[in-house]
Amino acid sequence: MLEVQNLSMRFGGLLAVDQVSLDVQEHEIVAIIGPNGAGKTTVFNCMSGFYKPTGGKILFEGREIQGKPDYRISRLGLVRTFQHVRLFSRMTVVENLLVAQHRHLNTNLLSGILKTPNYREKEQKSLDRAAYWLDRVGLTDMANRDAGNLAYGQQRRLEIARCMVTEPRLLMLDEPAAGLNPAETKDLNQLIISLKEDYNVSVVLIEHDMSLVMDISDRINVINQGRPLATGTPDEIRRNDDVIKAYLGEA
Amino acid sequence: MAAHNLKHALFCAIITLVISYPILGFNLESEGTSIILEGAGATTILGVLLAAVIVFLFQLFRDSVMGSLRQLPAINPLANRKPMEQSKRLRLESTLLTLMIIGALIWPFLASRGAVDLATLVLIYIMLALGLNVVVGLAGLLDLGYVAFYAVGAYTFALLSQYYGVSFWFALPIGALLAALFGLVLGFPVLRLRGDYLAIVTLGFGEIIRILLNNMTSLTGGPNGIGGIPDPTLFGMEFGRRVKEEGNTSFHETFGIAYSGEHKVIFLYLIALVLAVITAVAIRRLMRMPVGRAWEALREDEIAAKSLGLSRTAVKLSAFTIGAFFAGFAGTVFASKQGFISPESFVFLESAIILAIVVLGGMGSQMGVILAAIAVTILPELAREFSEYRMLIFGAAMVLMMVWRPQGLMPMRRIHIELKRQE
Repeated sequence: MLEVQNLSMRFGGLLAVDQVSLDVQEHEIVAIIGPNGAGKTTVFNCMSGFYKPTGGKILFEGREIQGKPDYRISRLGLVRTFQHVRLFSRMTVVENLLVAQHRHLNTNLLSGILKTPNYREKEQKSLDRAAYWLDRVGLTDMANRDAGNLAYGQQRRLEIARCMVTEPRLLMLDEPAAGLNPAETKDLNQLIISLKEDYNVSVVLIEHDMSLVMDISDRINVINQGRPLATGTPDEIRRNDDVIKAYLGEA
Repeated sequence: MAAHNLKHALFCAIITLVISYPILGFNLESEGTSIILEGAGATTILGVLLAAVIVFLFQLFRDSVMGSLRQLPAINPLANRKPMEQSKRLRLESTLLTLMIIGALIWPFLASRGAVDLATLVLIYIMLALGLNVVVGLAGLLDLGYVAFYAVGAYTFALLSQYYGVSFWFALPIGALLAALFGLVLGFPVLRLRGDYLAIVTLGFGEIIRILLNNMTSLTGGPNGIGGIPDPTLFGMEFGRRVKEEGNTSFHETFGIAYSGEHKVIFLYLIALVLAVITAVAIRRLMRMPVGRAWEALREDEIAAKSLGLSRTAVKLSAFTIGAFFAGFAGTVFASKQGFISPESFVFLESAIILAIVVLGGMGSQMGVILAAIAVTILPELAREFSEYRMLIFGAAMVLMMVWRPQGLMPMRRIHIELKRQE
């Protein structure tokens, strides 16, 4: 469903991403790994439209999306989270989820000001969806807290829930396990698998936690210094000499 | 520590002397055709010295003084009270609001003409502040040229009535829509700007409008302004002693009561009241609609908002446009109330005062903004005798507010949303 072909991104003299290709099929979890500064997040930023790639193509369900504005890409169903949690911290947890659903609540101003029945019905639907996802990530009791006051792990889960209420086709997670304790990482592990199994969402994730990556990924792409290094199943990657060298240094 | 404080305090005292002595310590006296410089009287010089001593002492004991100031909120009986339950609070709020509105409807028939006139002004400021609250409080876009939209509304009505004889009721929506259009036009160039840069551009925009009005003499009359703006009519009934326009009747003759100048004032007040209530209700609804949440989301985190499919362009433009729309409303009422407008009424100070109302009231909080609008408009009128010190008191009040209650009089409270539990 997603295909990245020979993606390049140049910042002045620095070639941050060089000829990276990867693809994601329906119903698949794909991980992107690599040492720090390898260009993983840059690939993400190109895919989600935050950067305009200097070369290559990105196809989402057959349509070229490279260089499209970010908000349009996310409306196509390609939604991401961030390496550092980005919540609307002075809004409540529910409101965070309601903001994300503005597209489903596509009403004009007057019907909202006059509170027409049609508007109320749509509003109730989005509230129900928010309630469902809060329950799903275990934040129902926090519904009316300010998002900024949640614990870090809860913020991470809320961010994923906020993506999910937009009903994406493909979810991009940038280091979802960063800063989580082992128990939380385990929960996250199950959540991501369930996203794929129960909600039919494909997932691309960047992650440094190797046990998580090896556990849940269907395929793994390794990037080193902006260049693709290897692709394959977790088992193949584990046995790949180049990857071991890149991570552990040459023996 | 002490030595550092002493040095700092001395420095501050010297600065006080350096600044205040040349300003207060010398007087210019005219002697025939020439002007001579004279030293001021002993009391003034004593005052200047006293001020320097006070500054010195305050800076020397600054920490303990500020520390004891901090303790003051503990004296406030409301400080430690538990927040009310949401349902109870909402009920209390709605009863209070209903009582307030009923009171506001009856009150003008009992009060004096001057008081009603002032109340109309308060209502105009409430409309302005509620509109600016959308832009600054909710969308987080610092707009220092808000008065421009107010001017657009007022001048729309003035010009339309002067050249085409358009009545108040037709001019009201036109003025508001035109102001909204100007909001949209201003919105485009500032889409990419934020914070300080945005403030400077909007400030410039406000000045451009005022200077244009000042210089397009052939159209707007320049600094002379436009007079003879008609009063609103009630279903074709005029409030003047004699009917000015053909086809209209006069209010006092229709109802067979004696003519009184108060009728007009009260009628204007009621119009302003209705419009202010409409403004408050409309913005309240908007705040809880997707567009309102989008404003706040953009204020909180632009990148996250975009990643969820919110278009920055649409959200920002809608905030500017809707904010400007209500300023246009207020402008039309203002023009009608004054009967005469000139660019003098739309200087930067006006923008600053409206912004001060929003900040004092609490960004994003409607009740707070309404209270602050009342306070900021009425207090200077009550303290007429001190009118020379008006800005001084105003400034001091702002500084004190920022020390004690930086979040404003009544900070915005988030609405709690009841969710159905999932089974």
